[in-house]
Amino acid sequence: MKNILTIFRKELRSYFNSPVAYIVLIVFLIITGWFFTSSLFLGGVVTMRNVFDIIPFIFLFFIPAISMRTFSEEKKSGTIELLLTKPITDTDIVMGKFLAALTLTGIALAFTLIYVISLTFLGKIDTASIIGSYIGLLLMSGIYIGIGIFASSLTENQVVAFIISFLIVFALFLLNKVLIFLPTSLASVLEYISIDYHFGNIARGVIDSRNIIYYLSGITIFILLTKASLEKRKWL
Amino acid sequence: MSIKVENLTKYYGTQAAVDNISFEINTGEIVGFLGPNGAGKSTTMKMITTYLTPNAGKIYVNDLNTETESLNVRKTIGYLPEQNPLYLDMNVLDYLEFAAELESVPKENISKSISRMVDVCGLGDVKHKDIGELSKGFKQRVGLAQAMIHDPDVLILDEPTSGLDPNQIIEIRKLIRQLGKEKTLVLSTHILQEVEATCDRVLIINKGQIVADGTPDSLQEKFRGQIQISLTLKKDNIDRDVILKAVNSIRSIEKARISKEDDKSFHLILAVSKGEDVREDIFRKIVSMNHVILGLHQEETSLEDIFRQLTTK
Repeated sequence: MKNILTIFRKELRSYFNSPVAYIVLIVFLIITGWFFTSSLFLGGVVTMRNVFDIIPFIFLFFIPAISMRTFSEEKKSGTIELLLTKPITDTDIVMGKFLAALTLTGIALAFTLIYVISLTFLGKIDTASIIGSYIGLLLMSGIYIGIGIFASSLTENQVVAFIISFLIVFALFLLNKVLIFLPTSLASVLEYISIDYHFGNIARGVIDSRNIIYYLSGITIFILLTKASLEKRKWL
Repeated sequence: MSIKVENLTKYYGTQAAVDNISFEINTGEIVGFLGPNGAGKSTTMKMITTYLTPNAGKIYVNDLNTETESLNVRKTIGYLPEQNPLYLDMNVLDYLEFAAELESVPKENISKSISRMVDVCGLGDVKHKDIGELSKGFKQRVGLAQAMIHDPDVLILDEPTSGLDPNQIIEIRKLIRQLGKEKTLVLSTHILQEVEATCDRVLIINKGQIVADGTPDSLQEKFRGQIQISLTLKKDNIDRDVILKAVNSIRSIEKARISKEDDKSFHLILAVSKGEDVREDIFRKIVSMNHVILGLHQEETSLEDIFRQLTTK
């Protein structure tokens, strides 16, 4: 636990030591801000709906961008060898990096609370749905980050890592949109794999254990895959 | 016994990078792995530090098996990997603190061990700078400081002086010798002077195998038997077979061969078996045959020759 925290602090600090964190935060806030204000001022509706609809889409780019360097940079500069010969487990390293990326995403989401607060002055908001959406978005970003870290552990090239994680995330994101073209037997299975489907459920404010289990198992799978990818060096 | 390696083998694909090597390193020894690039020095070090897992064989560090007690082995080792990788965006103090925390230095001792390493490695003037801004020599010191922050029993340094200028090399060597007084120290290099300057013992590695093991002096002693004499004769009516036979008949000359032949002269290389001086015998023999000696030169094998002999086969 102590080691996870050490890695976590170092990773979070290096996000804010480089321009990456600032750039993605600013871009994220500009896009969500535009969708928020346009629904408020042009539509005249007191809702977070538009913001919550666009965030999963922004995350498609945002999360591969913040997770692409986690392992590929260490591999490229050789510091991975330094890290892996310290008396800490591979799990500590993966978890530390995962939690740091999740925290950065959480910080980005926390900024959007400003929109929620300003809405409370203007009318009645659907509290359950908003809380559900935030939980859903955090869980969703957990899977995205798991995928991003895994992709980053496969290559020492950050651009390649970005593309791999974008493709996986995009495929999972798109799954829900193409279901109508598929036979029903296949559709129900693919629907369960789709990230969007579970988010839709939680965003309604209904927190079902099936959705939570989906997200947590997805995160676990990708953390284990990342661990396996780090250990690959030993057997090749 | 500080490090014990038994029948270690590591393959990259089908090629054996390390091929069934065994050796032991005693506590307090400074040992140099010497070998050309790609000989298996780094691979061996990576296995000792648990970064890689051997395909066969076992490694014990302070009697701990590197595979089954990996985390405990890592605690006893300080490691400076090849090319000295560092987090360039961190400043020196932050980085040393990070290293100390990962090495589980107790919280109350962290600031003490950082200031000790800053002193030992001479980082006082640069400790608030980002590592990326430092010169190569200072980066190397940061790498050494990081490796020793938890006061390990065993220090493993992979090419600690590569890429440094001559002054920096001398400084780092001095630092290494000073550190080696209290610790078991293994360093790798492909520079011979480095071994002569810093090590108690040399392991010459080539193509994944240990081809020589001993102190720099004892290796020189052992290979001294092969003194070489180069002999140049004037080429007038010389029958090469006759001259070869004649030279070969001289006592304690093991083998003579003609290395070069041009219009005016013959060049011969003579391998002499023992540490005897046979130049006079050669001179008398040639003169008795009425030939003219243009040159006679005796070369003692240096560590460099031994290295070249052993690693170019």
